[in-house]
Amino acid sequence: MSQIPLLEARDLHFHYEAGTPVICGASLALEPGSLSAIIGSNGCGKSTLIRLLAGVLVPKRGEIRFQGARLQALPRRERARRIAYVPQSIALAFPFTAMEVVLTGRTPYSSRLRFENAADRRKALEALEAVGASHLAARPVTELSGGERQIVALARALAQEPACLLLDEPSAALDLKHRAAFVRTLARLRDRQGLTVLVVTHDLNLVEPLFDHIFAIRCGQVFASGKPAEVLNHALLSAIYDDPDIRTRRLEDRTLIWSEAG
Amino acid sequence: MKGGAAPLSGRFLRAAFVLLAILSAAVVLALWAGSRTISVEALRSDPVARLLFFRLRLPRVMMAGLVGSSLAIAGAALQALFRNPLADPFTLGVSGGGALGASVAIALGWGVRIAGVPAVFLAAFAGAMFSVMVVHQVARTGAVVLPGALLLSGVVFNLFAAALVVAIQFFADPERALQILRWMVGSLDVVGFDTVVRMLILLVPSWAGLLLLSRDLHLLAIDEDTAASLGVPVRRTEVQVHILCSLMVGVTVAVGGSIGFVGLIVPHVVRLLFGEDLRIVIPGSFLLGAAFLILADALARTALPNAELPVGAVTALLGGPVFLWLLRSRQRYSAA
Repeated sequence: MSQIPLLEARDLHFHYEAGTPVICGASLALEPGSLSAIIGSNGCGKSTLIRLLAGVLVPKRGEIRFQGARLQALPRRERARRIAYVPQSIALAFPFTAMEVVLTGRTPYSSRLRFENAADRRKALEALEAVGASHLAARPVTELSGGERQIVALARALAQEPACLLLDEPSAALDLKHRAAFVRTLARLRDRQGLTVLVVTHDLNLVEPLFDHIFAIRCGQVFASGKPAEVLNHALLSAIYDDPDIRTRRLEDRTLIWSEAG
Repeated sequence: MKGGAAPLSGRFLRAAFVLLAILSAAVVLALWAGSRTISVEALRSDPVARLLFFRLRLPRVMMAGLVGSSLAIAGAALQALFRNPLADPFTLGVSGGGALGASVAIALGWGVRIAGVPAVFLAAFAGAMFSVMVVHQVARTGAVVLPGALLLSGVVFNLFAAALVVAIQFFADPERALQILRWMVGSLDVVGFDTVVRMLILLVPSWAGLLLLSRDLHLLAIDEDTAASLGVPVRRTEVQVHILCSLMVGVTVAVGGSIGFVGLIVPHVVRLLFGEDLRIVIPGSFLLGAAFLILADALARTALPNAELPVGAVTALLGGPVFLWLLRSRQRYSAA
């Protein structure tokens, strides 16, 4: 683990309103070509942390480094070529087609006054194919299901050709089958393209066996981190979720997790 | 071929061709029609017709074009910025704020010009800017602008501004009160090109600014966080769009009074014809907005035999039903 982390957060602090800190001293490092998860209870700061890493929010204190260089010093366009971010859900006011949404991923590669060219359209189609959604290209996103919209948003992020992909609860709207397929797609992108992926998730059963690393957030800090098998145990999970009724059981290459609270 | 298949540059050219043709036809029709029709033959031979054409009809058609273009692209930009197809300068209270600013300037007798720009324009701009900021702040909670709160606060701001305009009229001296009343009815009546040129000083930079921002607005129309991650400086763009729209709406309101619904109808028609991409919707709204108000004004001038309808009444008669239809289809999107 001696190589420079692809993306690194050092002692991040952030608040939306003064006096109510959301992130207080969070540090983490993503190894190149790794697939990692951020877990934690509701309101612990997971989404805020990933938005900070994506450059959507600016930390009040601390710094974020991309391949050793300060993220804040990187021009926005350069940042968008390296880091792609998919928010939890996108508000849909207008019936853009899926292709139009995916083509926006080519923005960092074209100028303000130019339309996307044939090469951009080809990249967008490849991104849709990579997530198995080329059949959705001409459909208005307002007519797609929540899960299909998430897949289109992932294709848009891939069209950015980033080195690092940050996803906020990407599988929340997916059924069991598509959830598994989604994780396999992420693992394939890591294995074939060397993409570094960080996923915020509530679904602990999603993580094993394909994820490399877990960062557990508690009260705006990275409370624990390590390989999934090291973090997904009764003692740590009870502390992370403040729930003594969490139970775990090892089953082949994965840990089954449930809570008997209430 | 609305979204998936046609390359954008092709769609852009097709939109430009179709909309320029519509605009040209609207201009020719509006220059010809009126209390007295003016033919090319009359222009050659009749000095009265020539005077009527160059002093009244042509400046008026130009004025309608400027106001229509400005209101339509302001509507398209505000809809994208707020991700709300029902947003327009009228429904967001921007016109109301502009009218309030202009009324204050008229009541106080600010006849001065600053660098060629009448103080009434600047007062209307300040009023419009104030309203868009208030309405935005009221409707925003964190990173989310609540669509219902946005429209409600816009409507309430319009009512509030209208009440203040009435109060200003009440307290102003009778001559100025009459001046405010005449202006409030809203008309594109103009003699000569002086006012048109003064408007262009502020409008041309505003149009150019908004056209340059159309790609950022396209990304913002999809999602704010996505736009930010793709490199759009969201807060800076918001401020720029507020300023540019307030300038355009302020100037047009200061000259023509409050003309509603142009910013609502026109961008929607452009979307239906040429798809959702704001890089087509904004320039397309510019052309179609001009054509729409030129035709609405020609209708207002010629509908009654011996009188003229306020052009705002014509646009409102068309815009009201369109607003309700959009509201209905929007509910369908939300339910999907």
